[in-house]
Amino acid sequence: MTTRQFGAPVKRKEDPRLVTGNGRYVDDLGHDAWEAAFVRSPHAHARIVDIDVDGAVDVDGVIAVFTHEDLDGPAGDRLPLLIPHPSIEAGRTGYALAKDEVNHVGEAIVMVVARDRYIAEDAAQRIVVTYEFLTPVVGIATSRDGSDLVHDDAPGNVAAHLLQEVGNVEPAMAAAPHTLTLDLEIERSACMPMEGKGVHAHWDSDEQRMRIHSSTQTSTGVRAAVAAKLELPLAQVECIAPDVGGGFGVKIMHPWPEEVLVPWAARRLDHDVKWTEDRREHFTSSAHERGQLQKVTVGFDDDGRLLALDVKFWHDNGAYLPYGVIVPIITATQLLGPYKPQNYRVEFWSMYTNTVLVTPYRGAGRPQGCYAMERTMDAIAAELGIDRAEVRSRNFIQPEEMPYDQGLLFQDGRPLKYDSGDFPASLAKLKALVGWDDFAAYKKEAEAQGRKVGLGIGCYVEGTGVGPYEGGHVHVETSGRVNVATGLTTQGQGHQTILAQIVADELGVSIDDVHVTTGDTRRMPYAVGTFASRGAVMSGNAVALAARAVRAKALRIAADALEVSEDDLQIEDGTISVKGAPNASIALSTVAVMSNPLRYAFDESAKAATQFAGAFDPDKPPVADDDEPGLEGKDFYSPTQATFANGMHAAIVETDPVTAEIRILRYCVIHDCGTVVNPMIVEGQVHGGVAQGIGGALYERMVYDESGQLLNASFMDFLMPYASEVPHIETDHLETPSPLNPLGIKGAGEAGTIPVTAVIASAIEDAEGFPIRSMPISPTELWDLRRQHAHAGASPTSQTSTTEESA
Amino acid sequence: MTTIDETLRVPVTLTVNGVAHTRTVEPRRLLSDFLRHDLRLTGTHVGCEHGVCGACTVLVDGDPMRSCLMFAVSAQGHEITTTEGLGTQEDMGPVQQAFVECHGLQCGFCTPGFITTITAFIEENPDPTEAEAREAISGNLCRCTGYQNICKAVLRAAEIRRQGATEGGDVP
Repeated sequence: MTTRQFGAPVKRKEDPRLVTGNGRYVDDLGHDAWEAAFVRSPHAHARIVDIDVDGAVDVDGVIAVFTHEDLDGPAGDRLPLLIPHPSIEAGRTGYALAKDEVNHVGEAIVMVVARDRYIAEDAAQRIVVTYEFLTPVVGIATSRDGSDLVHDDAPGNVAAHLLQEVGNVEPAMAAAPHTLTLDLEIERSACMPMEGKGVHAHWDSDEQRMRIHSSTQTSTGVRAAVAAKLELPLAQVECIAPDVGGGFGVKIMHPWPEEVLVPWAARRLDHDVKWTEDRREHFTSSAHERGQLQKVTVGFDDDGRLLALDVKFWHDNGAYLPYGVIVPIITATQLLGPYKPQNYRVEFWSMYTNTVLVTPYRGAGRPQGCYAMERTMDAIAAELGIDRAEVRSRNFIQPEEMPYDQGLLFQDGRPLKYDSGDFPASLAKLKALVGWDDFAAYKKEAEAQGRKVGLGIGCYVEGTGVGPYEGGHVHVETSGRVNVATGLTTQGQGHQTILAQIVADELGVSIDDVHVTTGDTRRMPYAVGTFASRGAVMSGNAVALAARAVRAKALRIAADALEVSEDDLQIEDGTISVKGAPNASIALSTVAVMSNPLRYAFDESAKAATQFAGAFDPDKPPVADDDEPGLEGKDFYSPTQATFANGMHAAIVETDPVTAEIRILRYCVIHDCGTVVNPMIVEGQVHGGVAQGIGGALYERMVYDESGQLLNASFMDFLMPYASEVPHIETDHLETPSPLNPLGIKGAGEAGTIPVTAVIASAIEDAEGFPIRSMPISPTELWDLRRQHAHAGASPTSQTSTTEESA
Repeated sequence: MTTIDETLRVPVTLTVNGVAHTRTVEPRRLLSDFLRHDLRLTGTHVGCEHGVCGACTVLVDGDPMRSCLMFAVSAQGHEITTTEGLGTQEDMGPVQQAFVECHGLQCGFCTPGFITTITAFIEENPDPTEAEAREAISGNLCRCTGYQNICKAVLRAAEIRRQGATEGGDVP
């Protein structure tokens, strides 16, 4: 009897390799490759007047020095705007190597290729670039002011502007008994995977083939980009994402300049070339996210029920817009969370600044949206003196209202329609887990001891598993080994394990026999990539469908050989047998031999298969018209819309009455990601997500000075949480299967991160008794806020309210 | 501008995972690069190159050290242990085994630095409390796990090591 793998905490298949030093990350490859280093702009905004490379070319060991002038054909054109959208008014992208001007510190200007990285960096230091300075535009407020421009042809520094409205906000707001306005701010952070980016290119001049290894979240995307930029036939380019040391979004952007330049140089020099990003490069030339200014106006009734919600926000997209407006669109739509706003208007401006570009980081605009909505919920509760959980509960979409159409267009251009979810049940679980109703007594007791404690809450809904598709390929070898391939890539999510669990169950084989390959265009040339918590939803369902096709074929062949009906057969542990007659059986490996009319007896399975070789019909071809040789199957999963996972978090914090130090005492998570393939892995995703959220709420920010210098571009100064900063995380979960896909999966990758900033703000506000409107928050900032509120007599600073009486 | 004498190379002899190696290297070559690219022991990873993340931690005569902050020549005559020296896929060491059991890794990039750090820690403190376990790993960065399962793995590794010791088995 094969034990069901789906839903079990199966240990990860990838781990023995990774813990013993047998992982293969990009920089573990190409020991003999020449290495690239870059001269990057030290200025945020400048014209390039001259580049003098003379000092570099003479350095012993330098192979080549390239500037923009050297880039021939499309490689010298602007990099693509990946995801166009009608809201984009001025979509500007950069060049692989800067042409004429630079728009942020860290932008690549010169590429040096040398025998090794040490020499390449020596040489890069000898290159002299002459600049004519332009005024840097740093910060959203400066950008919005518009007196200085990042790009001359992007008036007002506006890259994109979008307005969506459901219902009719103005009359509803005017008629609302209560209104509040909140001005909110959230700062930049970044993905910061432990492995930076990296590219290794191998040009085979005999076969005229390019093989790229990239630390990417989309190998199919990089492959297509390189083929286009190098004017190579797609068939002559292959891209593999090997082991990748974390992504969290930054590696879904593509092509990064280096993904074009390294293969370009490898072909030009006819030699392997690699580039491994160092940490400082990662800070100043890879992407950031999160920075927004928000203005929320909300109208509500005496019970705290929403009547109208009017949101305006300004999103900092950095120097260029290669990834389009995905992040602000997600903020605008996912802001609504589990609530019914009745009437909703959202307007955003995506703004250029002379800083590192902004592309999705785990959560991708959702943390900002959740922050806006949840700050608003707390403000309503405070205004009316109603329990914060109760206000939320009164605005929930109810389970019987599912599927629920919010009336907006989501990031995939399809309706924002929630497929399922039980928000009241989630809230009940959260309140039980954190002890919501007992907190008031605990707080009173703490206050009596001179301690300040606060309880915070945050709810979110997360559109996951967006299309358009992923594919699965399943192949049973004559040895019984099952090869599974899917095109999306892996950065630690355990795909090799969860996809093997799914296939093992579908096919009736041992998980030990299933071997999964991800992110290799040689094995699956059609794929989208890993983002939007879509791995398990998309590739999980794709490999399940492919495995079902293989199963059907295996049963057809076996039924024929055993002369029984397919309905009477079962597959267990890699053996097909007749139900109730276990002796009438045939191994799946034997069926694999039988599926191919060419049967050299290379192995035991082939020998075994000969006993089933019966008479054949001379009038029929060996492979039927509608059949193929081999026991393999391929299928694609393509959903009509995203699935919607959800969750609710609560935290108890303690703030030091003297030093304003902030400590998280408890952190509780309820999450619902549909059916769970591997609870151990989902739990790990939640832990990691919360830890990143805590970094973003309390420690991490990108400190730019007014000239556009990133002052904290190192792990010494950018405070990523260590174990000492991350609390023990308590979790409980709900499984509301998605009705949209065969396996009922919703996706869990980003869940942990989304509400954390909102939750911590809520908890600190509860502890301190004054509103928190800007995150992240440091002890110094909290200390300053305390002083301001002490001076101002504890009146809220950035919140205006009107009630029926005063209006 | 400082001129670098790129012709200057010096011999270095050191032991890595029980095997003696002699190479000629530039004096400025980092121990991390030496291990990874000269000896091709790529299990040691480089996450920041400024000594903060701990991914490159190796054991130098049994003590955890950041190989990105050491020159290869500084390791002259010393015994280095990397994660490759602490077990194989077929026969994992206690810390490696504990990481697999407790889901102590996701992308695996920071993991070798944790494994070497924890190996030294449980050698010194064979029966740590949960707080001591957390403290012990507080100098290494991980961006995937949130550390909870790594803390668990520290306690589990100590347990496996203690069991091995009482059963008289080999404790790497």
